[in-house]
Amino acid sequence: MLTEYLPIVFLLFVGLVVGGVIIVLSWRMGPRTRALSIGDSPYECGLVPTGDARSRVDVKFYILAMLFILFDVEIVFLFPWAIMFDALGTLGILVMFEFLVILLVGYAYVWRKGALEWD
Amino acid sequence: MTDWTGIGISLLKAFLVFFGVVNVVPILVWAERRGSAFIQHRLGPNRVNIAGITLFGLVQPLADVVKFIWKEDYVPSHANRAFYVLAPVMLLIPAAMTFAVIPFADDLVIAGRTIKMQVADLNVGILYVFALTSLAVYGIVLAGWSSNNKYSLLGAIRSSAQMISYELALGLSVVGILMIYASVQLDDIVRGQGELLFGILPKWGVVTQPVAFFLFLAAIFAESNRLPFDLPEAENELVVGYHTEYSAMKFAIFFMAEYMAMVTGAMLIVTLFFGGWQIPWVESAELKATVGEIPAFLLQLGAFSAKVLFFLWLFIWVRWTLPRFRYDQLMRLGWKAILPLALANLFVTGIVLYFT
Repeated sequence: MLTEYLPIVFLLFVGLVVGGVIIVLSWRMGPRTRALSIGDSPYECGLVPTGDARSRVDVKFYILAMLFILFDVEIVFLFPWAIMFDALGTLGILVMFEFLVILLVGYAYVWRKGALEWD
Repeated sequence: MTDWTGIGISLLKAFLVFFGVVNVVPILVWAERRGSAFIQHRLGPNRVNIAGITLFGLVQPLADVVKFIWKEDYVPSHANRAFYVLAPVMLLIPAAMTFAVIPFADDLVIAGRTIKMQVADLNVGILYVFALTSLAVYGIVLAGWSSNNKYSLLGAIRSSAQMISYELALGLSVVGILMIYASVQLDDIVRGQGELLFGILPKWGVVTQPVAFFLFLAAIFAESNRLPFDLPEAENELVVGYHTEYSAMKFAIFFMAEYMAMVTGAMLIVTLFFGGWQIPWVESAELKATVGEIPAFLLQLGAFSAKVLFFLWLFIWVRWTLPRFRYDQLMRLGWKAILPLALANLFVTGIVLYFT
């Protein structure tokens, strides 16, 4: 039944309220002094900031994100199999091991291609 | 007919557990500071007092909160205002929801009503935990990007790459546990750990899946951005990473969320690998028959809390003992060591389970 999720919704609500109250409280209580001062510039340890912070990001991070999607989906496939392990028997274990071996080939390829290298 | 008493009890439970976890945070901050002082042979915070009562410095977190609230809460003009304000809340909400599925004692039977000692007994169990821990990445990325500061953005990108990499390790290392206890519901997993292995050892996850335990432990440290994997906050390279531009209570919320995630992480380790609320060599039904319903509940809650506190102390202990990893070492460990080891562990577990 969906009533199981009621406490979860309640916690979501509590999290929102606590976060909101804290932010409003701190906004109301604090002094206002920094708006026109040097404190308004991005904090870069006292150096004068140059250029925009949102520059180009290394392509490695995109590759990593794609790899993550692939492997994460594969792990999701493992969960139902792990729970039904006993019931599935010999066929279940063979099919899943085959799936994992195919995955390992892909993993070896990614490794050889150097997608996991960080320098 | 709607069971209003049941709904009332479950909401009360949710509130009490939330209250408990939130109150562990200042105690943890205190333990962190006193613990580090103890490890480095210093005194740590011991001066703050209310009418001369210092409680070994426990009043310090209170003073910290007062100071945080009265600090200037500033939104830099170069920041993206809406996202900048939203980011800490985005981080706090998943941290406040994740512990909902973790059982902290055996079912309590009062006046013919069975109360599950768990905020919500969802049938997706551990998947819910993984879903919510992934959501924490959004808060971090949003904070780093909206700050429009180079250090923040670098910290956020590093942090998200680290978190998604170690999420794989987290997910894979748990599969072996699921195979052994044949359920994703944490309550069933804890019950499965109540038995004895070979008649002497408790059938805890750490006994049946020792390799998975160490992989999971490393992954939890990386997920909660704690040393030795606190690259997003590497203060000598990135100031403090994604929350560099934050001040006042918004800054404190990041810490609250981090410590709450730590508490949840410790609870998860205990639930999956250390028998949750199970007291070793004492069966729950027997305990209830001997000492009664309520004392048994208190004892189990105590056992659970003691285990969780031990792991929280381990978090602190490791932080003040080990140096930080370099970023390429961290990624190499995650992708080239933990991932293949977790897969190998899966193969071995599958074969062993098949032949027994």
